[in-house]
Amino acid sequence: MDRTVAIDVSRLCKTYDTHKAVDDLSFQVYAGEIFGLLGPNGAGKSTTLRTLITLLHPTSGTATIMGYDSVREADKVRTVIGYVPQERAIDRFLTGREHLQLLGALYHLSKEEATKRIRELLTLVELEAHADRPAKTYSGGMKRKLDIACGLLPDPKILFLDEPTLGLDVQSRLRIWEYVRMLKARGMTVVMTTNYLDEADQLCDRLAIIDGGKIKTMGSPVELKIALGGDIVSLTLKELDRIPALETELKRQPAITSVRTTTKGLDIRVESPEKALPTILESANRLNCSVEFIQYNRPRLDDVFIAHTGRAITESIPEAESA
Amino acid sequence: MEHYWQEISALTMRWVRRLSREKFSMLFTLVQPMLFWLIFFGNLFQRAADTQVMQAPNYISFLAAGVVVMTVLNNGLAGGVDLLFDKENGFLERLMSTPIHRTSVILSRFIFVMAITSMQVLVILGVSYLFGVEPATGILGVAMILVIGMMFGVGLTAISMAMAFSVKSHGDFFSVLGFLSLPMIFLSSALVPLTAMPGWMSFLAQFNPMTWAIDAVRPLILSGWSEALPHVGMVIIVMLIFDALCLYGGAKAFRRAMG
Ligand SMILES: Nc1ncnc2c1ncn2[C@@H]1O[C@H](COP(=O)(O)OP(=O)(O)OP(=O)(O)O)[C@@H](O)[C@H]1O
Ligand SMILES: [Mg+2]
Repeated sequence: MDRTVAIDVSRLCKTYDTHKAVDDLSFQVYAGEIFGLLGPNGAGKSTTLRTLITLLHPTSGTATIMGYDSVREADKVRTVIGYVPQERAIDRFLTGREHLQLLGALYHLSKEEATKRIRELLTLVELEAHADRPAKTYSGGMKRKLDIACGLLPDPKILFLDEPTLGLDVQSRLRIWEYVRMLKARGMTVVMTTNYLDEADQLCDRLAIIDGGKIKTMGSPVELKIALGGDIVSLTLKELDRIPALETELKRQPAITSVRTTTKGLDIRVESPEKALPTILESANRLNCSVEFIQYNRPRLDDVFIAHTGRAITESIPEAESA
Repeated sequence: MEHYWQEISALTMRWVRRLSREKFSMLFTLVQPMLFWLIFFGNLFQRAADTQVMQAPNYISFLAAGVVVMTVLNNGLAGGVDLLFDKENGFLERLMSTPIHRTSVILSRFIFVMAITSMQVLVILGVSYLFGVEPATGILGVAMILVIGMMFGVGLTAISMAMAFSVKSHGDFFSVLGFLSLPMIFLSSALVPLTAMPGWMSFLAQFNPMTWAIDAVRPLILSGWSEALPHVGMVIIVMLIFDALCLYGGAKAFRRAMG
């Protein structure tokens, strides 16, 4: 792949009053890739994105987009990007077509050029039939599609998507994933945020897991999973009170990398399941733990997330941290 | 420059379209409540008002100037509301992420609010005419009234937009609005001349730019150029200062909100 740097973020910080929403982020996005920012609510994803699209000035640090500084050359940056905000930024009284016409004028397209692109985009997002209805009559999914069409109107070099599939049904999500892949195939660079693990896993070429305004880890989904070191054997035990004893026992075994208690048993990380499985079962037998269920998994992105943030993405942020 | 114009006309068109889609609110905008003030208040107080004190042939002709300026006040103070909603639902962010001149959105709003206000002022003068109030200074006087209205409106709209950019919630916005508008009206010469006010009220009313606007519009309607000109000269100076202050404040609020 072409490794031209499209976005270069260096030591970026953004503080609201006293709260550090983004804390010393550094990363690069390569041209032509789909880059994801994965994190729970309040992690600082939208704040990072808003800085990149010149709507926020960093408190310190810099961001360069296609070689242009996000503060000093904001005008230039705005000509190479498209943006799809997290909220449905729709004017209820305008029709879909009028949204696109308005943006066409704001991107200084000529009438003919705008008309042509609007027609293409409406076809792409399958809104031709509804293009002349006021947006207040649109469903949530249709609004999202219009949002995306608006982001694509300038035919940007880099498209920024803030939680593109939040609140959509499964079908619409899959459609949007398809669009994004197609845009990538056309050579567009895509930067997106998400708090869906499957989305990050399936769609992103590389991703940064951020939490509390900091990058916890970064890489391709596969690299991140491999970096965890090994596969996972999940045990479900009949007698929950035996869990701690078994945990202590297993932690002593060399074939086992790490052990974590879950609600019904243990998640055991192993280098090679062939060597570890007998050991695990033998230990369980010795301690009289009856195993109800045993499952063997390659690591999922969930596990990557837990390993780097200490909790599942669905668990809310502890009060002390979010305050 | 060509780009700038393209942006501003497209953004202004959007405000026009929005208004035309809201049939109900368009009705209320055009046949707006100020007209009722003129018709009902004007006729209701006809007998109660002392034409000696008013220095006018009847109350409605006295009130016309007040209602014209009240229209400017209401439109101006409400001028930022749509930007407030745009800010809250993220539309403003979408607009500002495009390569437009940073002032285009605001300028389009000024143009729209001023255009609507002018139309309403003309409607009010038209209705007054039906009640027998004929502007003493003729068409030129009406043009002068519009100029004064615009000058006052620009400052008010700037205040409203500054508030829209600075408030945390739109509840705050509407409370401040309600808090501002009534005292502005009562502490002005809109409903009674300063000479008929209690001393403390007429004292405060002198510092209200609205009083200056009304005091210039009223002789344009009632008396004629010779009486109006000194007031017109004065109000232009007052409004230049008022606008400069408001635009300065507005620009600061905008810069703070937009980074
Ligand atoms: N305008 C603002 N003023 C003050 N604090 C803010 C502002 N915007 C965001 N924050 C705070 O900054 C932190 C990061 O917010 P941000 O919107 O970037 O999170 P996010 O990762 O996009 O979350 P979500 O998944 O909920 O969209 C949060 O703690 C939020 O409360
Ligand atoms: Mg967000």
